[in-house]
Amino acid sequence: MKFGVVRFPGSCDDDDALLAAGRVGEATILWHADRDLQGVDAVVVPGGFSYGDYLRAGAIARFAPVMEEVAEFARDGGLVLGICNGFQVLCEAGLLPGALLPNVSLRFVCRQVSVDVIHADTAFTCACEAGQTLSIPVKHTTGRFYAPDVELDRLDSGGQVLLRYAPGQNPNGSLRDIAGVCNEHGNVFGLMPHPEHAVDPLTGSSDGLSIFESMRAHVAGRVLV
Amino acid sequence: MSPAASSSKHRELGLTDSEYELIVKRLGREPGDVELAMLSLMWSEHCAYKHSKKLLRRLPTDGPHVLMGPGENAGVVDVGGGLALAFKVESHNHPSAVEPFEGAATGVGGILRDVFAVGARPIAVLDSLRFGEPASSERSRYLLEHAVAGIGHYGNSIGVPTVGGELYFEHSYEQNCLVNAMCLGLAPRERLIRSAAAGPGNVLVLLGALTGRDGIGGASVLASAELGDGDESKRPSVQIGDPFAEKKLLECCLELLDRELLVSLQDLGAAGLTSSASEMASKGGVGLELDVSSVPLREPGLEPFEIMISESQERMLCVVEPGLVGEVMGVCEHWETLATPIGSVTDSGRLRVLAAGRAVADLPVSVLVDDCPLYDLSPAPHEGPLYAAAERVLTDQDTPAEILLKLLHSPNLASRRSVFEQYDWIVQSRTVRRPQEADAAVLALPDGSAIAVSIDGNGRRVACDPRRGAAEAVYECAANLACVGAEPLGLTNCLNFGNPEKPHVAWQLTEAVEGLAEACEALGIPVVGGNVSLYNEAPTGPIYPTPVVGIVGQLPDVHRAGQLGFAVEGDAIALVGPFEASRNGSELAKLAGLPPTGPLPPLDDRAVREAHEQVRAGVRGGTLNSAHDIAEGGLAVALAECCIAGDVGATVTLREGVDAFAEAPGQAFIVSGNERHLENFEIIGRVGGSELAIDGVLRISVSDLEQAWSGGLAAIGP
Repeated sequence: MKFGVVRFPGSCDDDDALLAAGRVGEATILWHADRDLQGVDAVVVPGGFSYGDYLRAGAIARFAPVMEEVAEFARDGGLVLGICNGFQVLCEAGLLPGALLPNVSLRFVCRQVSVDVIHADTAFTCACEAGQTLSIPVKHTTGRFYAPDVELDRLDSGGQVLLRYAPGQNPNGSLRDIAGVCNEHGNVFGLMPHPEHAVDPLTGSSDGLSIFESMRAHVAGRVLV
Repeated sequence: MSPAASSSKHRELGLTDSEYELIVKRLGREPGDVELAMLSLMWSEHCAYKHSKKLLRRLPTDGPHVLMGPGENAGVVDVGGGLALAFKVESHNHPSAVEPFEGAATGVGGILRDVFAVGARPIAVLDSLRFGEPASSERSRYLLEHAVAGIGHYGNSIGVPTVGGELYFEHSYEQNCLVNAMCLGLAPRERLIRSAAAGPGNVLVLLGALTGRDGIGGASVLASAELGDGDESKRPSVQIGDPFAEKKLLECCLELLDRELLVSLQDLGAAGLTSSASEMASKGGVGLELDVSSVPLREPGLEPFEIMISESQERMLCVVEPGLVGEVMGVCEHWETLATPIGSVTDSGRLRVLAAGRAVADLPVSVLVDDCPLYDLSPAPHEGPLYAAAERVLTDQDTPAEILLKLLHSPNLASRRSVFEQYDWIVQSRTVRRPQEADAAVLALPDGSAIAVSIDGNGRRVACDPRRGAAEAVYECAANLACVGAEPLGLTNCLNFGNPEKPHVAWQLTEAVEGLAEACEALGIPVVGGNVSLYNEAPTGPIYPTPVVGIVGQLPDVHRAGQLGFAVEGDAIALVGPFEASRNGSELAKLAGLPPTGPLPPLDDRAVREAHEQVRAGVRGGTLNSAHDIAEGGLAVALAECCIAGDVGATVTLREGVDAFAEAPGQAFIVSGNERHLENFEIIGRVGGSELAIDGVLRISVSDLEQAWSGGLAAIGP
């Protein structure tokens, strides 16, 4: 299992994602200007402030050469995980539904939060159990998930909402407490909490590791079939 | 007619008549306009330390772990495993008072550059902040909100965690807020680099952002004079930060160093190109020649003097061998960082500045760097009270329980959560102790050991007694490290004071430096760098004398890092250390409406050192389940903090005559652990239940303590 972690100028959590993915498989950096995905089995678009995010979070990064390849990789069914800024980039790129708006507080918030696993039968959550609660930190200014009601209904009924903030834990005003959503095919997943910062009890929690382990298990299963 | 009388331009630039005459004498002629602009900055308090340099020689700088001491961009200590730890604290007080968001943001940006200028990757930021009273001052609430946002904006965006800090409110900071930022960085030892230029014929390359008109005269206009009315007109002197540009510059510089492409590296800070070029030439004993026409500009039409003194952010200056320039440009292109050869190293010992081939400045480097006169201070203590009392909050009817709740709710002691939640404290995956989990931040190292760091200062106590108050800051900071099991390796300080030309401020400064030196000597901690911020003074008087101390330390086993909260029901609670406390200068005295006066308690340095050692050994050995130093608010507040952090109660009996609210920072600790491990300590109680009960004094539920504490700062809305 080989993860590729995209590095834009301004990415901050790229090395953390590399370390976290490296705990469950091989992991390599994919430079924003390169088009070669180096044969990876899954792509992680990490957190940070790609290109400074001075326009709108993720709005510039979607045009990076590497993102054209990532979009094609996703269309072919490849696993793509977007964390925080990566989630914003995937929404801007149209690979995920909805949008991320500034937090209700209009402030950056860094906090350990509890998130509930809604569906455990997906490529990104199969190492979890449905109803399980994970302790994972968030840190962002622009993390309020938004979509029109009809779209939210579709996400709910389609089983695309994989993670919700536990009751009372919503840090940003996300609609329906949505913390993470996947696309219709279930191979692209974005979340605001940082699973790469929850991979070791020494630094707070290891609950986030299950996201990476799910991806490994899914890829391993696919290869076997 | 003397040269000084012939022109008053030098006075507008902050030079005295006698300084100007000295310049004329040294040069044997009058300086040209560009030269005068450069000299006025290099001879400013901010760059020349002319009122503090003699005093600072008193501080001990040698230690077994020191790799680089004062004089480099940052101090560096050895942390083993082939790694070096660079760190420094610096002030950005005056810019933050004028424009808090950009002032605080560029304060962070500047201290980050100091750290990567020595080849270290920044791994943590801490901030020490002081504002006026938030309850009565809208301006202070505004400054707090925007300074915190500015710090977060820069640190969060560049991916360096903000892991700790301190925040206090006192009326004396109403006009002069303090924004001190500290940064730590890690480097493989072989990547460390100094700033000394070397090798005549080598190329001087400017890296990073375009040069603009921002920050013109920041060092002299803002940092070396008192603030007053009409400071809005100084806003153009405040720099504007761009963390994205600095992120690329940081990665670019570290890659240049990893590839061994640079001879020397220096950041551009106060006084911009003038200061950086002068310092590099001075340290290397060489000359430099540069052409301002080749400096890439943000807007056309900048005068040569403006280019030489611009404080535009996110720029570095490096020296490169001619044959490596091409490779340097390639690395810079990869990181989308502008790189421009602007001059070369010479053997002339002069800084020569050209503009389109014409010389506009030609000065001996020694005149720029070494010849500024150093002034002796005329210290004399102030006759009568210098600082007003704070508004009284306590009443005569308050019970000890009510006093404790008011203390916990007061802005100086309340939970800092609403502030630190605006900072990313987890990026880079090293943070083992988060804010408010322990007395010091703890960061894991690859070899299984860990770094600990804390930043401390208490201006009110220094106002009571500058020598002892300053010493207390060192002891308290070291105590915080002991609580996580760390041994101090080195210290950095930022001396924030009023106008040193006034005898009472000179006295505060002299006494405080003596106190710092004595405490550092007693604890064996070398001072490896620091910063001085003077003229923090308004028409109503000076700020509290505020030496801020940052200490880094190391503990051998990251898994044994200490925590402050009581951890195990049934554990014994012990008081460790000589606790000679008094209410003078305490938080209680402040809330009681008393001015900061009176002697501070004595400090038996041998006994205190032993207490630090006992706590450190207990934490490292795993025999102490919690450790917390007794600081602001005294024993009662320290116990409450242990209960809140552990979400558990405690029952305590104090020895006859021990005052639950008296203070003696840095001297003593509250620890908990299995009783058989605490035999050598004075056991005062036991962990358990859901309330804090101090026999014969007070009894409060932990949830009431938590509520008072957690709501105190949120109420004023940072």
